Amino acid sequence: MNALEEAVWGVLHTVEDPELPITITDLGLVRDVRVDGERISVRLVPTWTGCPALDVIRERVRGALLALPGVREAAVEYTYDQPWTLERLTARGRERLARHGLDVPRRRFAEPPVCPYCGSRDVALDSLFGPTLCRGTYLCRACRNPFERLKPPADP
Amino acid sequence: MPGALATIADPAARAAFREWLLRAADDELIIGHRHSEWTGFGPDIESDVALSSIAQEEIGHARAFYAQIAADEGGDADALAFSRPLAEYRHGILAERPNGGWERSIVRLVLYERYDAERLRLLGASNQDPVAGLARTLLREERYHALFADAWLTRLSGGSPEGHRRVQTALDAAWPDALGLFERTQADDALAASGLLAAPPDAQRRTWEASVRALLEPMGLVIPSALPGEGGRRGRHTPEFDRLHAEMTEVWRSDPEARW
Repeated sequence: MNALEEAVWGVLHTVEDPELPITITDLGLVRDVRVDGERISVRLVPTWTGCPALDVIRERVRGALLALPGVREAAVEYTYDQPWTLERLTARGRERLARHGLDVPRRRFAEPPVCPYCGSRDVALDSLFGPTLCRGTYLCRACRNPFERLKPPADP
Repeated sequence: MPGALATIADPAARAAFREWLLRAADDELIIGHRHSEWTGFGPDIESDVALSSIAQEEIGHARAFYAQIAADEGGDADALAFSRPLAEYRHGILAERPNGGWERSIVRLVLYERYDAERLRLLGASNQDPVAGLARTLLREERYHALFADAWLTRLSGGSPEGHRRVQTALDAAWPDALGLFERTQADDALAASGLLAAPPDAQRRTWEASVRALLEPMGLVIPSALPGEGGRRGRHTPEFDRLHAEMTEVWRSDPEARW
């Protein structure tokens, strides 16, 4: 990895998702980076195709790349050749989401939800469609708290 | 990034595949617009948010399909979505019908989501990247729409006799339009001949009907016998679409060059 490529990854690690407290690298959005002289291309994997944050993220990444010394052009595009899955989340990303009060399934949506406040599995689905496309809402019967759960695109 | 069409050498096959992408995009845009009309009017807060989210996803899917076409033809997704003459829209009539009561939107959602899933499976199994990858991704997102629709249909049809009767009436009204989604044009014949899809397009009609029957009949609902209400795939729409289109494009028309 040359110095510019390292700098590009360094800056990608600082770009935050606009809807959740997590960086785009911890969320697993970055598919690959190509450095060609002063030209950078970054391909991103969307979590949800209709997510309204996609344009914001693209502009944040472009802006961050163009601010790097030695970068003249930055192309940022979304790719669909490999889907986003829960496996793309880093351990640190999971931890940040958990601290934010989200239940995050380990590998599959079909796993039983767990209340992030008291750890109970005695929970009920409130709605598959929560405050953003990537979150569902639940109620914990044990501690009586409402909570949210990260909703990945359905299990294949 | 090249789009979906550049790699298809045969002009007839390319035109047919474009027509399929346009149908998918237009179906999603128009039904998404109808779903968005529930924002603020859903029967409870969860359903209101659900239909608004489903609308947002469908319009996002439309944008992704339009972008595939635009990548090879110049222009952009917005221009394709908003600036074509009405007769160039290829969505099924089902998508443009006014919402009416909640049970009508739920019945339409049930029928449409199963249709869309069959289409995405066909596209996803084709060798046409990047559309195939996009279709496989969308199929996983659409799954939640079907779960929502099925749960509501179960609730409405299994409630009072009045509820059941209203669902049956909605089904009777929607059925010809649902069959119209499968309207066959020259594009389908050309696509079948091209071998671009893993199965001929009309194979999806049989799997769709089997899947719909398996859901509806155990609820005591009667599948109507009706002729398909066609026209949409050839650009023949109802006056309701004129009104929808005028409203949908109002902001865009006020300044087509605006950047947001």
